[in-house]
Amino acid sequence: MEVFDLVPLIVFIPIAGLLLNAWIGRYLSEKGIAWIACGAAGLSFLVAVALGLGLAGGSEGKIVPIVDWIKLPAVGVDIPWAMRVDTLSVTMMLAVAGVGTLIHIYAVGYMHGDARFGRFFIYMNLFLASMLLLVTGNNFLVLFVGWELVGLCSFLLIGFWLHRDAPDPETGIIGGIKNTNAAKKAFIVNRVGDFGFILAILLIWWTFGTLDFGPIQGAAHAAGHEEVAAGEVHEAAPESAPGGEAVAPVTPEGVCQPTGEGVFPMAEAFMAAGCNVKLGSAEVPIGTLIVVVTLLMLVGVTGKSAQIPLFVWLPDAMAGPTPVSALIHAATMVTAGVYLVTRNNVLYEAARGVNILPFGLSPPDIVALVGAITAFMAGTIAVAQWDIKRVLAYSTISQLGFMVAAVGLGGYVAGMFHLVTHAFFKALLFLAAGSVIHGVEHGAHHAHEHGTHEARTFGYREGVLDPQDMRNMGGLRRRMPVTFWVYVIGALALAGIFPFAGFWSKDEILLDAFLRGSEYGDPTGWLVLILLIGAAAFTAFYMGRQVFMIFFGAPRTQAAGHASENPPIMTYPLIVLAALSTLGGLLNVPGLHPFGTWLEQSVPHAHTADFNVLLALVALAIAGVAVALAVVIYYMRPALTSDGLDRLQRPLGPLWTFLHRKWLWDEAYHNAVIRPFNALGGLLAHLDVRYLRDGLDQGLYGGFNRIAAFLGGDFDLGIIDRVVNGVGRVTQQLAGQARHLQTGYVRNYALSVMLGVLAVLLILLLPLLFGQ
Amino acid sequence: MENTPISLTTIVTFLPIAGLIVVLFINREREDIIRWVTLGTAVITFLASLGMVAAFDASNPGLQLETYYNWIPGFNISYHVAVDGLSMLLVLLTTFIMPLAVLASFDPIKERVKLYYCMLLLIETAMLGVFVTQDLFLFYIFWEFTLVPMYFLIGIWGSENRVYAAIKFFLYTMAGSILMLLAILWLGVNGDTFNLPTLLEKLASGALVFPEGVEVLLFIGFFAAFAVKVPLWPFHSWLPDAHYEAPTAGSVILAGVLLKLGTYGFVRFNLPLFPQASIDLAPVVAALAVIGILYGAWVSYAQKDVKKLVAYSSVSHLGFVMLGIFALNAQGVQGGIMQMVNHGLSTGGLFLLVGMLYERRHTKLMADFGGIWKVMPLFGALSLIIVLSSMGLPGLNGFVGEFTILLGSMGSNFLAVGFTVFAAVGVILAAVYMLYMFGKVYMGPVIHPENERLPGLDWKEVAVLVPLIIMIFWIGLYPTPFFGMMDSSVDALVTPYTAPGGSVTAAPELAPAPVAAGEAASVGLAPGY
Repeated sequence: MEVFDLVPLIVFIPIAGLLLNAWIGRYLSEKGIAWIACGAAGLSFLVAVALGLGLAGGSEGKIVPIVDWIKLPAVGVDIPWAMRVDTLSVTMMLAVAGVGTLIHIYAVGYMHGDARFGRFFIYMNLFLASMLLLVTGNNFLVLFVGWELVGLCSFLLIGFWLHRDAPDPETGIIGGIKNTNAAKKAFIVNRVGDFGFILAILLIWWTFGTLDFGPIQGAAHAAGHEEVAAGEVHEAAPESAPGGEAVAPVTPEGVCQPTGEGVFPMAEAFMAAGCNVKLGSAEVPIGTLIVVVTLLMLVGVTGKSAQIPLFVWLPDAMAGPTPVSALIHAATMVTAGVYLVTRNNVLYEAARGVNILPFGLSPPDIVALVGAITAFMAGTIAVAQWDIKRVLAYSTISQLGFMVAAVGLGGYVAGMFHLVTHAFFKALLFLAAGSVIHGVEHGAHHAHEHGTHEARTFGYREGVLDPQDMRNMGGLRRRMPVTFWVYVIGALALAGIFPFAGFWSKDEILLDAFLRGSEYGDPTGWLVLILLIGAAAFTAFYMGRQVFMIFFGAPRTQAAGHASENPPIMTYPLIVLAALSTLGGLLNVPGLHPFGTWLEQSVPHAHTADFNVLLALVALAIAGVAVALAVVIYYMRPALTSDGLDRLQRPLGPLWTFLHRKWLWDEAYHNAVIRPFNALGGLLAHLDVRYLRDGLDQGLYGGFNRIAAFLGGDFDLGIIDRVVNGVGRVTQQLAGQARHLQTGYVRNYALSVMLGVLAVLLILLLPLLFGQ
Repeated sequence: MENTPISLTTIVTFLPIAGLIVVLFINREREDIIRWVTLGTAVITFLASLGMVAAFDASNPGLQLETYYNWIPGFNISYHVAVDGLSMLLVLLTTFIMPLAVLASFDPIKERVKLYYCMLLLIETAMLGVFVTQDLFLFYIFWEFTLVPMYFLIGIWGSENRVYAAIKFFLYTMAGSILMLLAILWLGVNGDTFNLPTLLEKLASGALVFPEGVEVLLFIGFFAAFAVKVPLWPFHSWLPDAHYEAPTAGSVILAGVLLKLGTYGFVRFNLPLFPQASIDLAPVVAALAVIGILYGAWVSYAQKDVKKLVAYSSVSHLGFVMLGIFALNAQGVQGGIMQMVNHGLSTGGLFLLVGMLYERRHTKLMADFGGIWKVMPLFGALSLIIVLSSMGLPGLNGFVGEFTILLGSMGSNFLAVGFTVFAAVGVILAAVYMLYMFGKVYMGPVIHPENERLPGLDWKEVAVLVPLIIMIFWIGLYPTPFFGMMDSSVDALVTPYTAPGGSVTAAPELAPAPVAAGEAASVGLAPGY
């Protein structure tokens, strides 16, 4: 019994928590529910810590099978429920369960008094279980289960306030319907991404004959450690065990032949051999196939990690409660795409060398460009938002772009490093934003009780003040000091200011882009570098704008003027996250690179470049200039003009509107996809009824009636009667009676069929029952 | 061939008839006794079918629990029933769905109660008969016999347009079966037997050879009957009407079991009897299937009525089943059979949900609902699980079937990759129409005051839904025993279509000789003959 055998618990504990709350939650107080849910989250985190310590102790990790799942022995399909403990999965577990626990605790305060408090924590525990399943799965299909389940939780939690009947202050749409639409949008857009992912999985199975990732990479790569590794490797790949008969990866005809080792080692062997893959009756070169697979996976990544062109669901997802935005839509779920590419680093690096796409691009180049363009675009959009959470949402999209760009450039360590630090400071920012929103709501109640009248508020409709609109804030620095300080720390970390966590991780990404350009002479590297530096500048600028708009200047509404700090259950997690956001850079401190060394064990293509002082200074200088600009525009004067516009709104004119409406992506999708889809659906439904249903009726039913009418009328009367007339009266009467039988009513026919069948059955049964 | 004693298969098949006889002797006024006797019969039948599972040897690909009786020797017609891996699960599905359908009828059905439950028992025997029969003539009798009770279920206990829907159902499906009857007669006359295993043996040994062009015609004969029943696009137009007008239990039986008679027919007859025609026509059938997947989903999305939406979604789901079957490999066929069961559970469940809504509000229009989750929290949660199962959420049953089907079609020797790609688009669309429905009916605020005080689920409704949900999770999380039940039979079935071993790298033989194909098939299907 090793410590690694505990890994199933990390998923089962949150499941137990949610079942317990679903079962007895209704009899418990908020406190009881909270203890169960937070306790489950905390225990999961402890399991992750135990696993991490086990790995830190020098062990290679382990694959822990649980039970069979989809197994068709006759054709060798064997996809089990199995979990994988290696440094990459444990990194994700620590981040997910750690940040997740803090957010659970915070949510106890945030959701206090909600009518569906218990339901909320059931969903939160379900999310934790799903996300941990995603990162621990040892094959593509288990990963995919987690991948879709986190999408389901996202759906449930975005739509959590689905019964709200108050209109949304900004749009005027009824709250519950807005939440429902946002939830559906998230699920469906993610399904579009999953479409690519599932096709990739199908191709992987037919190429490699398995969906298992393969033995723990460190074991396979560190040839000197074979004795140590053999025990662990054995379970995953009996064929490759020492002494066993090795299967050649290629048949004499040049066809790839699965050796049963797992996908990643086989991918390397197949690429080295340059064999062809049999797919149905076709043969495809392995290189082409891996290019297709990696691109299809990218489709999944753009959905889950909110990259162009599928990022449109994430801003709307902010309709959910703020702890959800922090946990799912900032810190953990949306980073699953980055994890996926990192997990598949062997495939992406294999695809890097295949030159079949136009412009000499390879799939990882495309990944990097998608990330960089997304980072830049989302950065520009965030500048022109009013909603405190939407600014953070676009910032999340932008930062995810950084990570995706990093892993596309081959900077897996940098990408994962940024994933972890981002989890700290973005969770911090969202929770602090939630604290601000809560404070403003309290202020609004307070002001309302004292009968003060709002002179002017934004997004004020039918008695509802929008507590998320930054125009309704201002001057909160004094009213909410803890929230203010942690917010500033989060903003500095996000803006990449020395020495906060974001500085170190963002710098590594820029460095990877720089090296890709300078050392490999890859123009993609330069392009990505320019886009990312631009995005970083925008980041510093919009965070400056946000901090000044929320916390400085004079309160712009009574609500802001009466806002109050939140209870400790909400502020303590903030302080912990603020500490992590400050010190998180130490994880991969230059010179030692402990995180890089840690990841090398499970990510064969991991590498860490040496710190480049010049690049760091340039990045810092650009961020400094951007902050200074924000100071000049939003701090030196009141953040809003006298008529309530952004300082930049008038100078930028239509460009500001263009940015505010996220480059018109939603409008484009509405016109190019949704409207035609709805129209065609309606048309098909109409045609279905008009032609297939009614047309068929005329043919089949009408034809039947005509035949019946002919038999009963013309034929019966016209021919039979005449014949019968000729034969005689008696027979004519008989014929007349026979005519009554042909009533044209199908139920009579049905009855006769039934009687006939019953008779046959009786014949059938009698001999059986009465001897043979 | 020697007569055998009565096997468990025969007993299970005719247990509902035994119950029917008991019901006949109950006074029509004693409605509660009639209900409980029917429910008891259905439950006993289910338990007996579990006995079949216990006696069933999954490692044996051939027929088991056989009853053979030389019934009408003059015409070479036998009473021959048995189960193998292809039919075992479907027998279980039938016996599992029936008690739920009976229980779901307790409250809604108030008129002509005795006749109603007699019809339910009749249809159970008829459907079981279809799944277990190994004689073509007997098969035809059971096949046609299923029409009659369903005709009355729709025509008497249906909603407004019931007579129209019932007649259409009856005529349309009957028209399809006539061609099948001709094909059966051809086989029976030329093969000197209606016994399926004997026919397969004769085909394998060359004692029966199809003349030029006849194999395709015979394939089409069976195809006509099965395609209408499935229904395969564009033969689906009877289905929305039948579903819409049928009473809840009728819809549940229709979706849960009756449609599978068609898909099962393809597996049982078309694939083993006509390998060459199956190969030649696989792309055609698969194309219809994929069109059905997309078309059904799209039209479903455009509906305003919940029940119609669910009805059209069946066209989409059964398209997946057909795609899997005509991938002509073990993954596809196993996925197809698994998905038959899954569709029975999830779509049967959806119709039950619609029925529960209808009982409360007497409307099926989505616009009349909204916010139901808030009013009926337990119902909302159970509904969500069934909806998610229907749209193939991983971890639930639908995904296991769809994934295995797509795995089969992706690697099929006879289908291009495009089939899989377009079918996978159907997975996106499933989310679109199901969430559209779920959003409209269950989510959002309660907009109609009538909906504010709907009664929650009673014990009967819970008792109907909970078994479904258990199965949804069981198959989703641990389908191994279910796949295990059919693994060897399906492998034997597809051997003619795949190279030895069915391995990924094995060279596909595009056109195996029919004789060799039949030989291999008969090895699997009829080891005892």
